[in-house]
Amino acid sequence: MTQSVGIVTPQKIAFETPIALSSGVTLPRYDLMVETYGELNAARSNAILICHALSGHHHVAGRHSQDDKAPGWWDTMIGPGKPIDTDRFFVIGVNNLGGCHGSTGPSTIDPATGEPFGSTFPLVLVRDWVETQARLADHFGIRQLAAVVGGSLGGMQALRWTITHPERVRHALVIASAPKLTAQNIAFNDVARQAILTDPDFHGGDYYRHGVVPRRGLRLARMLGHITYLSDDGMGEKFGRLLRSGEYKYGYEVEFEIESYLRYQGDKFSDYFDANTYLLMTKALDYFDPGRHYDGDLVPALREAQARFLVVSFTTDWRFSPARSREIVKALLDAGRDVSYAEIESVHGHDAFLMEDAPYHNIMRAYMNRIDAEVNA
Amino acid sequence: MSAPALRPDLQRIADWIPPQASVLDLGCGDGTLLAWLARNKATRNYGVEIDVDSVTACVEKGINVIHGNMEAGLTQFEDGAFDFVVLSLTIQAMHNVEGILREMLRVGRTGIVTFPNFGYWENRWQILLGRMPVSETIPYQWYNTPNIHFCTLHDFDALLATLQMRNIGRVVLNEGQEITVLPNWRGSLAVVRFEKV
Repeated sequence: MTQSVGIVTPQKIAFETPIALSSGVTLPRYDLMVETYGELNAARSNAILICHALSGHHHVAGRHSQDDKAPGWWDTMIGPGKPIDTDRFFVIGVNNLGGCHGSTGPSTIDPATGEPFGSTFPLVLVRDWVETQARLADHFGIRQLAAVVGGSLGGMQALRWTITHPERVRHALVIASAPKLTAQNIAFNDVARQAILTDPDFHGGDYYRHGVVPRRGLRLARMLGHITYLSDDGMGEKFGRLLRSGEYKYGYEVEFEIESYLRYQGDKFSDYFDANTYLLMTKALDYFDPGRHYDGDLVPALREAQARFLVVSFTTDWRFSPARSREIVKALLDAGRDVSYAEIESVHGHDAFLMEDAPYHNIMRAYMNRIDAEVNA
Repeated sequence: MSAPALRPDLQRIADWIPPQASVLDLGCGDGTLLAWLARNKATRNYGVEIDVDSVTACVEKGINVIHGNMEAGLTQFEDGAFDFVVLSLTIQAMHNVEGILREMLRVGRTGIVTFPNFGYWENRWQILLGRMPVSETIPYQWYNTPNIHFCTLHDFDALLATLQMRNIGRVVLNEGQEITVLPNWRGSLAVVRFEKV
């Protein structure tokens, strides 16, 4: 019987040591919003870091109060008796630097000016996030993480961890991810960014001081993104050509259920997500290319790694298709690393990594059992 | 710690593999052979497996396994990446037999294949009586069999020759016992080692 981690309370952790970012900018200090579940063992060897994707955050599992409508974004995966078992592991969820859920980001007040950072907040790369996460591990006195786990952009962080801190990560679970974006991936991201950047309420990124948010842009960006998270089959299965009223209305109002769904998703998202954070996250995706400093070759980059890997993809994911995961697997094999790979049948497209599915959860559980045997012996 | 006994055909394969060798097991199933080799011979292992539940069973055992269909080739593996490449009781169900044998000796130095010997006397006898053979090593009916490429011991050696490969050792079994006299008549299962000529 699986249960929830229950009521959880996030904590804000302050880092007062300046961090030099890849962009050349140095942040004098920053906060990270964090949640943890389970107990760190005496050897501090059972910690699992969960890296979030584009719109994720530190609230990975459980609920903040009894009345919370939805649990954390990966509650299906993490909890007592779940594949990432909080009875056996100390699980860390973190909102990345540049985020909008409590960690220092564009919407945070800049102590130097007393106003939100807005357009002055620097771009942050995946390797910068990994650096801040490594400092977070230091904060907990963790020398080596039992595993870094992430889907999509989160998987990229797991991959980066193994290259920049090889001795600090035993296992990397890289799910529905890619070794770098394709031109098509970047193109989608740019359309999303253009929607935000050209919104009249954007004000060059300093919309906070105008008391507005670029809702229309953010909404469009999310609608576009959402299309790429679903599969054609999955969308067809769920919505098909269903009409809300059953009749054609010969106009431009919401008619098809898919239109209604996307607009709802866009509205909901633009209520709580910060547009500058969205821009920043998409750029982090675009820039990610761990082979870049190795003549564009991922293999020598991964020769640095010491971790063992589990790579998982989903058959109908076209945002980061199984072929992209197989590129990671091939590079790991060529680099002489230990890797297992599974390609899970699913109609849910890219979003499948967030869903409950027996074969997917079984393989995650099997892999986590191995880690448990190593670190909790 | 004594390991549980392997199936006789898998034990023959394991006996041929020296300690610390690198081994690729194609169609590795639940990873039984590789887990035994890892434990008893400290080999460096990889498996390829098409069934997701079997992949999970391998992961549970700590075996490196790549989920996929080897009919598409072994493109993820570099030339000469392994000392041994094993294909156990699968070749008779593959579409491209020549292709997989070539791939085995591209990514590995020595291939080991096991297959049901169609020349086994019970098979011959059933055909003589006018029926398709059904036996311990060929347990299917003609209409539901996954097996599409049956051969005898001699046929397999002949194919190796056309591929510039050669048989460098063979064990023939029947009900787990080694058959040395009239193996192409009396043996139901062949275990063959082969290399490039």
